[in-house]
Amino acid sequence: MAGALLEVQGLTKRFGGFTALNGVSLQVKTGERFGLIGPNGSGKTTLINCVSGALPSDGGRILFEGRDITGIPAHQRTRRGIVRSFQIPKPFTSMTVLGNLAIPLEYATQARPGGDVAAEAMEILRHIGLESKAHSKPAGLTQIEMRKLELARAMAAKPKLLISDEAMAGLSSGEVDDILAILFRLNEQGITIIMIEHIMRAVMRFSERIVVLDAGDRIAEGTPDEIVRNPAVEKAYLGE
Amino acid sequence: MKTGRYLLVSLGVIGLGVLLARARVNPYIYFAGYVILQYVVIATAWNILGGYAGYVNFGTAAFFALGAYTAIFLIESLKAPLPVLILGGGLVSGVLGLGIGYLTLRLKGVFFSIATFALAVVLQTLVINWDYVGGAKGMTVIRPRTGVLFGNYVTFLFTVMVVLAVGAVTIAWLIERSWIGRGLAALRDNEEAAECMGVPTLRLKVFATTVSGFLMGVAGAPFPYYVTYVEPSSAFNLDYAVNALAMPMIGGTTTWAGPVIGAVLLGTAQQVATVTISSELNLLIVGVVLVGFVVLAPEGILGLVRRIRGR
Repeated sequence: MAGALLEVQGLTKRFGGFTALNGVSLQVKTGERFGLIGPNGSGKTTLINCVSGALPSDGGRILFEGRDITGIPAHQRTRRGIVRSFQIPKPFTSMTVLGNLAIPLEYATQARPGGDVAAEAMEILRHIGLESKAHSKPAGLTQIEMRKLELARAMAAKPKLLISDEAMAGLSSGEVDDILAILFRLNEQGITIIMIEHIMRAVMRFSERIVVLDAGDRIAEGTPDEIVRNPAVEKAYLGE
Repeated sequence: MKTGRYLLVSLGVIGLGVLLARARVNPYIYFAGYVILQYVVIATAWNILGGYAGYVNFGTAAFFALGAYTAIFLIESLKAPLPVLILGGGLVSGVLGLGIGYLTLRLKGVFFSIATFALAVVLQTLVINWDYVGGAKGMTVIRPRTGVLFGNYVTFLFTVMVVLAVGAVTIAWLIERSWIGRGLAALRDNEEAAECMGVPTLRLKVFATTVSGFLMGVAGAPFPYYVTYVEPSSAFNLDYAVNALAMPMIGGTTTWAGPVIGAVLLGTAQQVATVTISSELNLLIVGVVLVGFVVLAPEGILGLVRRIRGR
């Protein structure tokens, strides 16, 4: 389909006898703000792990910009433009904040050695509002700064598709607005964003379209308004 | 360290080594010096995998002994000269390193370490049962005639080891400063995040295990000529595995200088203890010092220096 940046077709993932994803299909359009929600254990993170390449899938296909990427390793998917942030921040602890950004700049975007990696990293930090911490180690960052670092590092990989895996969990409501503003700005720059989130206020405000997973199945798709009124979604979250 | 200064220092070290070899001091100096330099190579090799990439190898003895036994094989079958032995020993151990590189696909952390330990046991068993290289009873090697430049063969081997040590440290130095070194540091900090940031983690790990294995084999290749009698229990000695790990940890694992400092300090202490107290005391010293460092200075001497300077 024209305009689909990411296309997941019948994706299946099993862990032993447990089916985490049961033939899930979805499409994300170029430039879209896409929400992925579902109760705990519904397969959201598994889906993201399969899309980003951290886990091999057991069936189905993943297309990115129309090309099959199902079999290629994670670092090559990153280079093609699929970049994810982690639910629990995973900074490179031995490096400074600036050094953390230098890794994707050097490896994912294959910046020429002549190009000034430090200046570019600093520019991204300024954009995210973390430039004052550029020379600190991640261990000295607060929770919100850690989340920003996670996003900044993802930005440094120059994504076409940014997958934000619960970037706001555990933040105060003011901090949530902070992160939301950053994500909106990135989207305006043309980056397609998939948001996985439990904070409904955030995901409903942010997303143009939402897909709901429950126990490895896709149970609903629609605009935030449609999702809120969908009885199947209510059942998945609250039971009968 | 700047490139120019590094090259100058390394050439200076080689020059000093040659001068010392020509000086004809007490022969024991060369004997002991060889062992210390050999440990510089081994510790540096270990650190490329253990320090830079964070994969702890307990099987150093396997790589070292494989280098030594490859040399014995080449001496027995081809009467190959020393440079060929060194290259051959390095290559065979490098191939073994390549193999354990692919182990990292499935084995992480302590499980990888256990596998490398098992590798040493398996390899030793194979060598014990291989009569061509002496089997369990070992094999005597006759040193070639000494060249004109050096007084005797040990002095010559000492000089060779100086060059090998400088070479090994230079390789580590180059890796550390390159994009490879930065990628290895990223995967040491967090392998999953590194892969997701575009770092080809498998390729880098395989590179590290191969180079590390190669250098350990290089360190082992001149060993038969040094001891002239090689048997499995000496070539596969636990000392190598313990020292290879202890020396970088004592010096500091994140830079090339750490293993050098550790090897020189610990290696010298062991040599002195062997002569003055008892040859059995070697490992006891290593153990005590290592425990002390793990508790008091987990980042080694270099980390300690940085901490004091930082205040």
